[in-house]
Amino acid sequence: MRGLLTVTSSAAEVASFDPDLSWRLHPKVAVRPEPFGALLYHFGTRKLSFLKNRTIVEVVKSLADHPDARSACRAAGIDDAQQAPYMHALRVLAQSKMLVLQ
Amino acid sequence: MTSVDSAPAPATQPVPRLIEQFEHGLDAPICLTWELTYACNLACVHCLSSSGKRDPRELTTQQCKDIIDELERMQVFYVNIGGGEPTVRSDFWELVDYATAHHVGVKFSTNGVRITPEVAARLAASDYVDVQISLDGATAEVNDAVRGAGSFAMAIKALENLAEAGFKDAKISVVVTRTNVDQLDDFAELAARYGATLRITRLRPSGRGADVWDELHPTAEQQVQLYDWLVAKGDGVLTGDSFFHLSGLGEPGALAGLNLCGAGRVVCLIDPVGDVYACPFAIHDRFLAGNILSDNDSGPGFANVWKNAPLFRELREPQSAGACSSCGHYDSCRGGCMAAKFFTGLPMDGPDPECVEGYGAPALARERVKPRSSVDHSRSQPVMLKLSTSRLRSDVAAKAAPVRLCNESPV
Repeated sequence: MRGLLTVTSSAAEVASFDPDLSWRLHPKVAVRPEPFGALLYHFGTRKLSFLKNRTIVEVVKSLADHPDARSACRAAGIDDAQQAPYMHALRVLAQSKMLVLQ
Repeated sequence: MTSVDSAPAPATQPVPRLIEQFEHGLDAPICLTWELTYACNLACVHCLSSSGKRDPRELTTQQCKDIIDELERMQVFYVNIGGGEPTVRSDFWELVDYATAHHVGVKFSTNGVRITPEVAARLAASDYVDVQISLDGATAEVNDAVRGAGSFAMAIKALENLAEAGFKDAKISVVVTRTNVDQLDDFAELAARYGATLRITRLRPSGRGADVWDELHPTAEQQVQLYDWLVAKGDGVLTGDSFFHLSGLGEPGALAGLNLCGAGRVVCLIDPVGDVYACPFAIHDRFLAGNILSDNDSGPGFANVWKNAPLFRELREPQSAGACSSCGHYDSCRGGCMAAKFFTGLPMDGPDPECVEGYGAPALARERVKPRSSVDHSRSQPVMLKLSTSRLRSDVAAKAAPVRLCNESPV
């Protein structure tokens, strides 16, 4: 289980996640800080996800303040060369409807 | 948790395994079971909480609402409500409404007694309530032998009412026993018929379950049968990570879920009088962390018990593998279930009674003392006196608690 997040949906299908668009947390998603990062809970789908470090938490929480996902990552100190795992995590979150376009 | 996805970690930034992070405990439980009453219309032979009669000290409506307020502050996203039969509390629906209005989702377990067409319609209208109907046989004959005459028909009626009201995705919750393990396909069919999801869990020797465990727990052959069924057909079947003691039977990861047990770390139980136990299968003084109402060592309130109770702090410390340390399967089963060992009278740092390597069987054959809980609300029999088991209890206390306490994670 080495990764930035763990989600409870199988999320096997490849959903479209465009990092050049502006995303935000689904309004029914709550974020609970934890020592390792945070828990996300979607009251609509009743799915739980684990954000496994604080940087990904910062990215997820600040998505709505940025014009696109890439700039949210840059603002959290992740330069473009390091973004791949973060983009993967965001894609999985979008697949499980934790993130929505805004 | 039925399935898990994870993203690869950046090479420059290794992330500890989630299970390691969980072993130190979370700021609030993920999976909180709350038994609202010891009263029950049934008298299942394997009842984990030895329920039957209401306890006169049970929490009042206001006390329950105060707890819900605290859970909201702690961001406990949902509670698993059980009992006894929780729906026989006259304020049950009021509490469900109060919880969901305060961002605490509810999943409740019921034998179906109060799931009338009207109730089903009301449940279907809520986004935040999940219903779990208990059924321990796919036929009346098998079910009623465990849960009592008429209980099969009552559960099926509840499932019919829910389906007719348009309630989506009810859960059918089955405790796997020697007598129903051959019916797993039938349970899956039953679930499909009502648009429900099948959930199967392990029989624990807790509560009245201690009295019937020897006869009812699946045989070694049946454990393999169960494991094979889960691997072949377990997609979409919930297990609450119940069967991690079987994970040594195959490849790591073949069983869905984190296979994490987290009593006192991510899991706990609030009982009807406000006592907090390490997990729903451990209603015994040995696993009592404190009471929500009384100002114990850790202070009043649930958050204080969760954060500060000495028992929970102890459970969040690194644990030793004990007699299992040389076993090649230890990494996958971690010595099995604390409650299963404790209530069958086995050493806490030895193998699970249903150890897949067969180490449990000789341990069970030896002389052992089965600790009984002082908490018993069974009808038609006197409440058990506290047995003097001080020698045994001090033995237990002297040993390190096991790494894995049985987890009923819903995630």
